Amino acid sequence: MSAVRTEPPAEPASPAHAHPPALELQGIDKRFGPVHANRAVSFAIARGTVHGLVGENGAGKSTLMNIVYGFHRADAGEVWVHGRRVDIHRPHDAIAAGIGMVHQHFMLVDNFTVLENVVLGVEGGRLLADGLARARGELERIARDYGLVVPLDAVVEHLPVGLQQRVEILKALYRRAEILILDEPTAVLTPQETDQLFRMLARLRQQGKTVILVTHKLREIMAVTDRVTVMRQGAVVHETATCETSERALAEKMVGRAVSLRVEKTPARPGGVLLAVKDLEVRDRFGVTRVKRAGFELRAGEILGLAGVAGNGQSELLEALAGILTPSRGEIVFKGVALVRGGLGPRERRRLGLAHVPEDRLRMGTVAAFSAQANAILGYHDQPAYNRGGLLRGTAIQAGCERKMRDYDVRPPDPGLRLSAFSGGNQQKLVLAREIDCDPQVLLVGQPTRGVDIGAVEFIHRRLVGLRDAGKALLLVSVELDEILGLADRILVMFNGEIVGEVASADATEEKLGLMMAGVKEGHA
Amino acid sequence: METYTLIVLLLAATIRVATPLLLAALAGMFSERSGVIDLGLEGKMLGAAFAAAAVSAVTGSVWAGLAAGVLTSVALALLIGFACITHRGNQVVAAMAVNIMVAGLGPSLALAWFNLGGQTPQLDAPGQRFVEIVWPWAERARETPFPGLLYAELLSGHSLVVYLAAALVPAGAWVLYRTRFGLRLRAVGENPAAVDTAGISVNGLRYQAVLISGVLCGVAGTYLSTAASSGFVRDMTAGKGYLALAALIFGKWRPYPTLGACLLFAFTDALAARLQGVALPLVGVIPVQFILALPYVLTVLLLAGFVGKAVAPKAIGVPYAKEQ
Amino acid sequence: MSAPGRLPRWADLGLLPVVSLLAALAASAAIIAIVGESPWVALRLLAAGAFGSQEAAGYTLYYATNFIFTGLAVAVAFHAGLFNIGCEGQAYVGGLGVGLVCLGLDHHWPFWAILPVAMCAAAGFGAAWAFIPAWLQARRGSHIVITTIMFNFIASALMTYLLVEVLIKPGQQSPETREFASSAWLPAFPALLGRLGVGVSASPLNLAFVLALAAAAFVWVYVWHTRWGYELRTVGQNPSAAVYAGISPPRVMLVAMLLSGALAGGLGLNEVMGVQHRLLLDFPGGAGFVGIAVALMGRNHPVGIFLAAVLFGALYQGGSQLSFDLPRINRDMVVVIQGLVILACGALENLFRTPLAALFARWRHSGEGD
Repeated sequence: MSAVRTEPPAEPASPAHAHPPALELQGIDKRFGPVHANRAVSFAIARGTVHGLVGENGAGKSTLMNIVYGFHRADAGEVWVHGRRVDIHRPHDAIAAGIGMVHQHFMLVDNFTVLENVVLGVEGGRLLADGLARARGELERIARDYGLVVPLDAVVEHLPVGLQQRVEILKALYRRAEILILDEPTAVLTPQETDQLFRMLARLRQQGKTVILVTHKLREIMAVTDRVTVMRQGAVVHETATCETSERALAEKMVGRAVSLRVEKTPARPGGVLLAVKDLEVRDRFGVTRVKRAGFELRAGEILGLAGVAGNGQSELLEALAGILTPSRGEIVFKGVALVRGGLGPRERRRLGLAHVPEDRLRMGTVAAFSAQANAILGYHDQPAYNRGGLLRGTAIQAGCERKMRDYDVRPPDPGLRLSAFSGGNQQKLVLAREIDCDPQVLLVGQPTRGVDIGAVEFIHRRLVGLRDAGKALLLVSVELDEILGLADRILVMFNGEIVGEVASADATEEKLGLMMAGVKEGHA
Repeated sequence: METYTLIVLLLAATIRVATPLLLAALAGMFSERSGVIDLGLEGKMLGAAFAAAAVSAVTGSVWAGLAAGVLTSVALALLIGFACITHRGNQVVAAMAVNIMVAGLGPSLALAWFNLGGQTPQLDAPGQRFVEIVWPWAERARETPFPGLLYAELLSGHSLVVYLAAALVPAGAWVLYRTRFGLRLRAVGENPAAVDTAGISVNGLRYQAVLISGVLCGVAGTYLSTAASSGFVRDMTAGKGYLALAALIFGKWRPYPTLGACLLFAFTDALAARLQGVALPLVGVIPVQFILALPYVLTVLLLAGFVGKAVAPKAIGVPYAKEQ
Repeated sequence: MSAPGRLPRWADLGLLPVVSLLAALAASAAIIAIVGESPWVALRLLAAGAFGSQEAAGYTLYYATNFIFTGLAVAVAFHAGLFNIGCEGQAYVGGLGVGLVCLGLDHHWPFWAILPVAMCAAAGFGAAWAFIPAWLQARRGSHIVITTIMFNFIASALMTYLLVEVLIKPGQQSPETREFASSAWLPAFPALLGRLGVGVSASPLNLAFVLALAAAAFVWVYVWHTRWGYELRTVGQNPSAAVYAGISPPRVMLVAMLLSGALAGGLGLNEVMGVQHRLLLDFPGGAGFVGIAVALMGRNHPVGIFLAAVLFGALYQGGSQLSFDLPRINRDMVVVIQGLVILACGALENLFRTPLAALFARWRHSGEGD
């Protein structure tokens, strides 16, 4: 990606200047149940600047912007726009205050034209004809002023993603937005489209608009923003002018020093290669390539950690290894068996000894309406232990579930209880128990402690290390850097679908990993 | 000459049979475009047919009957809407329930009020039915086969509702594609979240669509009992509601293709009556049931993708719940 | 420890349908009153007409037999997340299979040989009629609700053609086949019991009732106690989890529809082989749609389905009695009640669920103290 700086950054508003900040937040606080998503967040964004908002997943930046745009209501705090206090209860109010938002998932009607999408809701009269004609004129003016060229009569679903995003920006500008929030805009763009976007943002700034860029990609922050605010765990931890900082410094602030749960473990003694991945390319449901040319080996008796910010291909890689997604290219060799060429699905892989604890236990790993014991056989329901000629062996299933619950301290130890009645930690322990029960040689684990309370976290971590000591191989995918650092013997980092680096556990530091996770190559500052 | 007359008469019959189908299909179009499956066309038409015939018989005025028919159909539509839109109930079940209920309610009330075994009294007094409107010089024109017969049979001689239905096609297209309401309606059937974020009420739009459906079904049902026949008999819709739905799907939810589909289906109906027992060259006698089943078979073929693609409004059938 | 808006399981399975049913009955009572009869009298007559005599009870259970078959059919499809509205057509075609077997074998084979073949034909023909819509949904994504409705109409046309042109008894006006020889008749209960020395009044109740109960038992075992049933329910509850477990949702859905069609075909055994002893027009008589109501009320469980089927059978039988005694009411009123029950139990659940859940929440809080 080329550097896009075309003109010098705008001067931060000096106190003598009469212009109030475009957006000022004072003490914004928000809880979702036990989760404290925003902790008394306060900062100001100057007019006519591009302001970056960075942080890891779960840092609270999306929640904050959703509050500004009216999707959520803050529990406490105030929002000031251009020097005036505003009460934003729904998007309508935000739009009226001059705030526009481009979401990560576009809100477009696929079979409408660009023009129709832009005017939806502000058609300018009962009959379309006049309103559309006037809109067309206005949009052509906007296109000229901001370099936002989009074919107005093209049908949206035929446009490439980059142009679709421009439609969203047009929508905001058409509604006279002065402040434009972009939420992870480059997640779906090619490098070229990203360049074009940044040129456009520069033009917007030139015209006096204010842009808030919410992202985790540090290179982009350095390339196009004037100031940057760093959030971590719901609070603002740092704010600076972009020219006074570096990617490394930002990464350090992003990742920070949290309480690390270091698990006591002896050094690993890796044995033979159990799983070999070669040149793997995986596309998602929409045909977008999510994993590019991934290759690595997994040995018995080691925990291989896969670090990275969510959305960089780890999920697709995991699903391809488990047999849920079929790779478009490459091969996976497990104990000498070519899984892709042989077309082995999840059931066959389990029988061979490859188990999978999925990242999202509610969406994929369990059936919420089923009882605990029914969940305890998910994926193993056709095994002889639970089956006699097709008939399920109720007593064996119940006994098996009781045993799992005992061994993994699942509470309450009631096999007949509906799974949704268990806490997240107990659900996860049951899933783990299920996958480990048939003594797999390789265990794929995704986000093992997501939504799990502290006590269960410790338990699960100890179990995983215990497996590794017994000679099994584990692939651990987690967005929690602490978890990776605490458990893994070797760490791979994924960024943008590629494995960008490998670090031995002894040499791994948060800064090093953080930089790799943010896409910074070795040798860059 | 014989054949020519036959064809013209056939086409004229087609127009008359197509009218209730077209009205119901247009009704379904508005509802389904907004994302609400309209399986209740059958019940709404039947209810309207009963109400129109009953009121017309009692008051002596077909216009009162029309009003009653429309009101009944609208009430039923709102009932389904209440269950599906406000309470996010299953749209298919709610519609089937209303269809079944109306099938029993019409004859029940008819029996109780008129004691004729489940039907309404014959509408034979003047003003109780929609009668054919004969255009000027139609009788004279009939004598010249071309274009006189066309004028006399195809254009002239239909009841008011037929002309209304024909006018509703361009009117419906205009509303759907040239008004603000139509734009929003189509949007809410494709991506209700986009409409919601634009600050427009999703449920409000859907209720309006369901209301329009109710009105049009009301006219369709009224036509059945006060123009096509002279009274209500049980089950008189005989599946026309489902046929209209099939025509709507066949017409890909667009006004003019739907008109084409309705004419096509109506034509098979008129043809079936004509061809009964008649031996055709090469194929012999086609069983009438096969011809009557043709619209349904065509619809299945369309849905299977063999006769082009039918893409329903993307959000159809899914009750809208705001994200978290 | 249910979240607000959640009902405890027993309330969801037992109380909610009862509340919905009561609401439907209340609405029906209002309509009966509008029609000019007394709802209480009607209710009494209904109950008496359904169970008041051996003959009445026999009729009730005979009707219930049909509803058990179609209710099971709808329920099995529901468990896989599919809405099978085509039971009417599948039952019709299933009966065709039964009729063909009887017409072909009744003069050549004894009853005990004909019965299994007829059962296979009922299931096979019913499943075949469900196959095309099921395959189209799995492979082409065609909306199964619409295709099954279309297939209902196509079945009707097909059967009319066959009965009018092909299978009709020669020299006869009405579109029916000839009567089967007695070796192709399902034994009627009164005759069976009579042979055991028990005197029971005549009614159409026949062996098919036992077969329906057997089908219910089979569904209970299959859905909740076999691995295929486990896969079925997993696909219906969470297709992503099914894929994770190595289950193929399209394949499971296809099998579910075939099973569903086969169960609907059982109605053919009752009507064609048990009561009418010939093939005739429209013998399903709407049972396919009643099956939807029965499955919804019975919460898709065989026990609930049995109870709901008996309830609707009572409605049918009691309803026809009503029309004898109350001049202003006839069979149509039963259809109205049926529609109201479907509406209340199937589509207005959320309307009843919210206040019920609020009641439970308040009751729970007052119990725990504040």
